[in-house]
Amino acid sequence: MVNLPSKSVIAVLIVIVAALALVPLGGDKYWIKLVTRMIVLGIFAMSLDLLVGYTGLVSFGHAAFFGLAGYLLHLISGDEAAVNMLWALPVCLGGTAVAAAVIGALSVRTKGIYFIMVTLAFAQMLFYFFHDSDLAGGSDGAYIYIKPILALGESVLIDLDSRYTLFYTALISLVAIYMVLVVVLRSPFGKVIQGIKVNEHRMQALGFNTYFYKLASFTIAGTLAGYAGFLFASIDGFVSPQLLGWHESGVALVMVILGGMGTLFGPAIGAIALLGVEEIFRDKALVGFMASHWQILMGGFVIAVVLFMNNGLGGLLLRLAGRRRGER
Amino acid sequence: MDWLLLLIQTLNGIQYGLLLFLIASGLTLVFGIMGVINLAHGSFYMIGAYLAYSFTELTGSLPLAILLGIPVTLVLGFVIERVFITHLYHRDHLQQVLLTFGLILIFNELQLIIWDGDPHGVPVPDMLSGSIPLSDTLSYPVYRIFLSLVCLFFAGALALIIQRTRIGMRIRAGASNREMVESLGVNIRVLYAIVFSVGVTLAGVAGMLAAPVETVYPGMGEQILIISFVVVVIGGIGSIKGAFLGALAIGVADVYGQVFLPGFASVAVYALMAAILLWRPSGLFGRGEG
Repeated sequence: MVNLPSKSVIAVLIVIVAALALVPLGGDKYWIKLVTRMIVLGIFAMSLDLLVGYTGLVSFGHAAFFGLAGYLLHLISGDEAAVNMLWALPVCLGGTAVAAAVIGALSVRTKGIYFIMVTLAFAQMLFYFFHDSDLAGGSDGAYIYIKPILALGESVLIDLDSRYTLFYTALISLVAIYMVLVVVLRSPFGKVIQGIKVNEHRMQALGFNTYFYKLASFTIAGTLAGYAGFLFASIDGFVSPQLLGWHESGVALVMVILGGMGTLFGPAIGAIALLGVEEIFRDKALVGFMASHWQILMGGFVIAVVLFMNNGLGGLLLRLAGRRRGER
Repeated sequence: MDWLLLLIQTLNGIQYGLLLFLIASGLTLVFGIMGVINLAHGSFYMIGAYLAYSFTELTGSLPLAILLGIPVTLVLGFVIERVFITHLYHRDHLQQVLLTFGLILIFNELQLIIWDGDPHGVPVPDMLSGSIPLSDTLSYPVYRIFLSLVCLFFAGALALIIQRTRIGMRIRAGASNREMVESLGVNIRVLYAIVFSVGVTLAGVAGMLAAPVETVYPGMGEQILIISFVVVVIGGIGSIKGAFLGALAIGVADVYGQVFLPGFASVAVYALMAAILLWRPSGLFGRGEG
C-alpha cells in the first residue's frame, strides 16, 4: 500500500523542488529550458508510473498521449491570437482522454506481453497517422506560433510564452500532480488498482470488475501524459511525430525504471537524472570524441540501469531513509 | 483496376509477407522458447542488409555476400546471447524491453560509425535480374519470385526441423516446460544460445535478401521491427504457424493499403491487428496469457 514517504524522504524531495525553483534565478536561457523539459518529462514519467508501477500494466505506447495532446494544441492554436487555456486545456486533455479510453478499452483486454505490443502498435498507428497525413505538417512536424495563455476576461494570468512563467507552471504542476496521485493511490480506487497489480484473479473473486478499474487507470495516466505533452509542446512551440514515437515511449519507461517504479516521486527524479546524463554524454569536454556518438553511451547506460539498479533512485532514497530511521 | 495489376500487387503482398515471416519467426521463436522479448530484432535485419551491401561491394556477388554474412550473424547472435540476453531469462518483460531498447541505441550508432547515414542500393544479381512479361506493358521481376521461394524454403525447413528432428523436439519441449527439460538432462543454456543465434540469423538473412528490393538505410530495422511485432501478436506469440499466416495477412494488407488507401497503409495494418485482437485477445494461435 502507498504510505506517505517518511519525513526524511519528504525533506529530500522538498530540497530538490526548492533547488529546481532556484534555477530560473540564474537567468541562463539554456538551463531554464533544459530544466523545464526535465520537469515536464517528470510529469510524463510519473503518469506512466501509475500504470507500470501501481496497476501492473506495462504500456509501451504512453508517448501516444503525450504527443497527441501536443498535436491537439497545434491544431487549435491560431496564427494571430493566443488560445486561452480556459478552453484549450479541456479540449486537449478531453481529446487525449477519449483517445486513451478508446485505446485502453481495446488494449486492457490483453495481458502481459500482448499488452506491451498492443499499446506499442496503437501508438505507432497514431504516429503514422500524423507522419503520413497532411493534417499537421506530416513528417516535418508543425509549429505552435503563439503559445497558450490563461486569461480571465481581459486580464492575462499566465502566459506560457514567458520562459519563467512556463517554468514555474511546470514545477507547480509537478508538485500538484504528485500530491493528487498520492491521494488517488490512497483512496479505495487506488487500493483496488494496486490489488490488481498483485493478484488480478483475487480482486475479481472479491467482486471487483477489474476491467473497468484498469481502464480507468489507463485513461487517467493517458490524460496526465497529455497534460505533460501540452506543456512540452509549449516549451519549443513545435510538435513532430517523434513525440508519439516508440522511442519516446521507451525513454519514458527508462525514466520510470531509473527513478524506481512504484515510488511515484522516483520516476520524476528519473526523468531529471536521465536528461542530466544525456547532457553529460553530449558534452565534448567530458566524454571527448564519444560526444558525437552519445547514443552508444546512452545505450550502455540503459543496459546498466536495467541490470544493476533494481529499485532505481527512488528505491535507493527510500532505503537510505529507512536505514537512518533504523539507527535512531 | 486491371486484374493483372491486382495480380502483381497480390504477388508483391505475398512476397513482403514471406519476408516478414522470416523476421517474425525469429522473434516468435525467441519469445516462445526463451520467454524473451527482443526489441533489437529489427537491428539484426538492418545489420543483415548492411552486411549484404558491404560484402557485395567486396565480392561483387550477392549469393557470395549472403554466404559470408550468415556466419557473421550466427556469431553475432551467439555473442549477444552470452553477454546480454542470458541475464534476462528470469526477469520480467519490462526489463527485457528496456535492455534490448538499450541495444538498439548502441546498434544504431555503431551502424552510423561503421557505415554512414546515406541510403545505399544493392544490385540484383545478373542471373536473377530479368523479369517475366505478363502482358505487353506489365512484367514481374524474377528476383522477387526468387525471394519468395527462398523464404518458402526457410519456412519449410523451419517447420521440418521443429516438428521432425531431435533438436526440434527439445525446442518444443523447452517452450512448454523449461524446468522439466532441464531436469531431463538437456543443456538448456546451449539450446537457448542456438535458438537465439538462429533467430538473429533469420532476421539477418531477411535483411540480406531484402537489400536488392529495398533501400539499405539507417532506420530500416525499426520500421520492420514494429510490423514484425504486429505479425507475432496477430499470429499468437510463440506460434510459427501463426507467424506464417499473420505475416501473409499483414503483407497483403500493407500492399493493398498502399494501392487502395494511399497515405493510410500503415494505419490499415494496425487496424487489422486491432480487429483480430478484439476477436481473439491472444492472437490466432496464441496459448492464452503472455
